[in-house]
Amino acid sequence: MDEIRLIEIKEDILSDNKVQAEEVRKNLKEKKSFLMNIMSSPGAGKTTLILKTLEKIRDELKVAVMEADIDSKVDAEKIAAQGIEAIQIRTGGFCHMDSTMVAQGLAAMNLGAIDLVILENVGNLVCPAEFDTGANMNVMLLSVPEGDDKPLKYPLMFTISDVLIVHKIDYLELSDFDLKAFRKRALILNPKIKIFEVSSRTGQGVDEWANWLKSEVKAFGGIS
Amino acid sequence: MHELQVTKSILDIVLRHAISNNVTKIVTINLSVGELSDLEDEWIQHYFDYLAKETLAEGAKLKIERIPVVLKCEDCSHSFQVNIKEVKEIQCPECQSKSSTLISGKDYYIKDMEAI
Repeated sequence: MDEIRLIEIKEDILSDNKVQAEEVRKNLKEKKSFLMNIMSSPGAGKTTLILKTLEKIRDELKVAVMEADIDSKVDAEKIAAQGIEAIQIRTGGFCHMDSTMVAQGLAAMNLGAIDLVILENVGNLVCPAEFDTGANMNVMLLSVPEGDDKPLKYPLMFTISDVLIVHKIDYLELSDFDLKAFRKRALILNPKIKIFEVSSRTGQGVDEWANWLKSEVKAFGGIS
Repeated sequence: MHELQVTKSILDIVLRHAISNNVTKIVTINLSVGELSDLEDEWIQHYFDYLAKETLAEGAKLKIERIPVVLKCEDCSHSFQVNIKEVKEIQCPECQSKSSTLISGKDYYIKDMEAI
């Protein structure tokens, strides 16, 4: 009779993606280009915040935007209308960007001439958190109308993000969103997360966020 | 939602090990998945059954062990387990420090497989 053997494997399921993500970061370091990965639910205001941020930083930094969408190019068209290089990646049903898709997108850009690449990930708080894109910074947006309970429902996203932007902060007065409780929940999951309160509509907090981003990108690229 | 991609990756890895170990049939695959992952056990098995048809892994059962969230205190290096969805405040039980780093809970790992 055939005997059952135990074969050790000890391999990370997502190792291919992790290896490729490190390659992406190595390439970015060589070219002195900074990659920022922006993640949120659909409708939290990623594209609007990107447009606002571009206004504040475009005089000092050369920026390109990579838009990931399941099957449309409306976001890339909005960015390109501002005279900023925009690349649209259709994920073709995929719920997230992985490092191979990002590498392909970056290959289509003249990275040597770009200080900052903004990746607008697919609108989704679950899947993008599982896949390292090779970015130098992960930013998540959580808009006030989504509710203050989201750290309880999507802990991984809060854990892997470096920056949390509480977006549409101008809605605070109209809602029962508990900002103090929300901050506390987010900081439990990730004590190092940097939190900004922003409204792209009123402009509240945009300068503080954009100035901080500018200094991070300049420090990375050795720009004075 | 991305269970299909993860499942494809599991299949590729086990088939590679099956070939190098002269396996004729894979019976069980043992996985370790962190509690922070949203993967649904039932769906991974469902996709696996579909993808593994007519391969050495056809009919193999996936056994998923959930790995708890473990943090390491940055001040005294003590490691401690937390239930991340219920905990109110993260504090080192030894020195009461509030700064810690995640050391497990995001895992996605194939431990081993039982095969003929």
